[in-house]
Amino acid sequence: MTALHAPAPVPSETAGSRLGWALADSWTMTRRELARWARQPVQVVVGLVFPVMLLLMFGYLVGGGRGIQGEYVEFLVPGMLALTMAFGLESTMLAVTQDLNKAVVDRFRSMPMAPSAVLVGRSVADMLQSVLGLCVLLGVGSALGWRWHDGSASFLAAVGLLLLFRFAMLWLGIQLAMVAGRPEMVQAVQILVWPIGFLSNAFATPESMPGWLGAVVEWNPMSATATAVRDLFGNPAAAGGSWAAEHAGLLAVLWPVALLAVFFPLAVRRFARLSR
Amino acid sequence: MTEVTDVTEVTDAIVAAGVHKRYGEKRALDGFDLTVARGTVHGLLGPNGAGKTTAVRVLTTLLRPDEGQVRVAGLDVRTEGRGVRRRIGLLGQHAALDEDLSGRQNLEMFGRLHHLGARRAGERADALLERFGLLDTGRKPVKQYSGGMRRRLDLAASLITGPAVLFLDEPTTGLDPRGRAEVWSAVRSLVGGGTTVLLTTQYLEEADQLADRISVVDGGRVIAGGTADELKARTGGDRIDVVLRDADRLADGARILARTAGTYAVRTDVDRRLISAPVTDRMAALTETVRALHADGIEAEDIVLRRPTLDEVFLRLTGGDSDRGDDHQQEKQREGRQEKQREGRQEKQREQEVRA
Repeated sequence: MTALHAPAPVPSETAGSRLGWALADSWTMTRRELARWARQPVQVVVGLVFPVMLLLMFGYLVGGGRGIQGEYVEFLVPGMLALTMAFGLESTMLAVTQDLNKAVVDRFRSMPMAPSAVLVGRSVADMLQSVLGLCVLLGVGSALGWRWHDGSASFLAAVGLLLLFRFAMLWLGIQLAMVAGRPEMVQAVQILVWPIGFLSNAFATPESMPGWLGAVVEWNPMSATATAVRDLFGNPAAAGGSWAAEHAGLLAVLWPVALLAVFFPLAVRRFARLSR
Repeated sequence: MTEVTDVTEVTDAIVAAGVHKRYGEKRALDGFDLTVARGTVHGLLGPNGAGKTTAVRVLTTLLRPDEGQVRVAGLDVRTEGRGVRRRIGLLGQHAALDEDLSGRQNLEMFGRLHHLGARRAGERADALLERFGLLDTGRKPVKQYSGGMRRRLDLAASLITGPAVLFLDEPTTGLDPRGRAEVWSAVRSLVGGGTTVLLTTQYLEEADQLADRISVVDGGRVIAGGTADELKARTGGDRIDVVLRDADRLADGARILARTAGTYAVRTDVDRRLISAPVTDRMAALTETVRALHADGIEAEDIVLRRPTLDEVFLRLTGGDSDRGDDHQQEKQREGRQEKQREGRQEKQREQEVRA
């Protein structure tokens, strides 16, 4: 029993080992999320099924036409992919607020682990979940008749853009969660995520909307990603003539990078300042 | 042992001097001073909102102090936070566990985050589960645990690396008597191993049971300190309360009690027909008083030996310290406490009436 409270040897630390430990800690935090998935498979499945349900609803109940040439499903699937990435904001926010309200974060912060590992572990786990979500949605889309037409390099580029957008939403979500602080506040933000998600070209072309609304929709970061992904898949895109629509590929990179440039440092700083 | 680390060289495991922490207008810590010798159990005793938890959060690097010097295990919490975190364990007020994971998964995760490596983290988790009697439930998710089991697992998690300094923030709040006894015995078994323990509590009894020395905290600072016996001596220690049948005999009774308890500090409460005095030798005072009252033909309705309540301790400590420079606020606090005490007395009286 004395061995139980004999002090453990304190490992010496160099800059290299520091980075190594930061990576190891982040992986430990990621494993924590994976272990939770294994314990709550139903929650994971529900999270994956929800976008599929939306896809089916819009494809069959609402869909048909909307000013799109070709099959509506060819237009809809890339939009749904982008929308799913945007909705990832909510799950990130919810997870972070729940974590921060638990004493377990105090324990993490009172241990010699890399402080960044809590947030990095969260982001790796959320990205893994998003990859899984994309696979499911692409599979169901294919079953409904959606195809990509421009080869595997374009396909991978499209998936890359979607994940980049998700990554930006992730850090926006972490920052918002820390600002909001309480799970109740997440509900308020959720209500805002929906109109932003739907004020895009995910389901309909901006031309079918009043002029001012169409402009808002075209400049929505999510629309840029959806349009760029449609181009890369060779799916019918909204035939807008505006600068934003013409340069969707560029915006699909610039928007997420700009969001990350703002919210990544803000979130890291905010987490480090929990001790004030 | 030829190789000594910096931890073993320092004699004081915790040194805090002039620590201030403000939240807006509220002064959570207001000149907090504390010194805890290595290898001892130190109790921070105080009511809700006295600043105990804020003090623990500053000492465990969770909160930066506005002012003041704080060294834990010989290291500065501000500039050597990581080193401090490597040498401490924290049992917070609320279970700091992942509810969705099993007990073993929790301990293994904390072991990895303490950089034990995968194999040793696993071994350590098993050893701790066995030590705290949690082997049977180690694979179940924590949310299925009882309050006492959760607290034991929490304590195990704070012992992952055999910390030099262990912080226990109200470790038994919300536990039933059995859970409390479990935690107490776990803490006692640790002390032999040379771990320094800082314990916060609202219960005088808990500090008395576990701590070598006690610091009484109020208004964000330490207002008194010493061993439990020293504090009790200062606060009058145990008391004997005698309720007489006949209010006319109160003066006679008080005279007898002054003799049997060996003190002039006998309080008389005419409304309740109560005389009360501090005692040093409990049993002698009790038998002497019973005998003397009987000899004089004074009938007693009730005779009770009791420990001073926390309110009484605070009343004495905040009231008796004349060199502390009482300001208006402290005056008001004291009045508030006296008020509360009066209410408490009335309540007790009502209980007694029901009993009679």
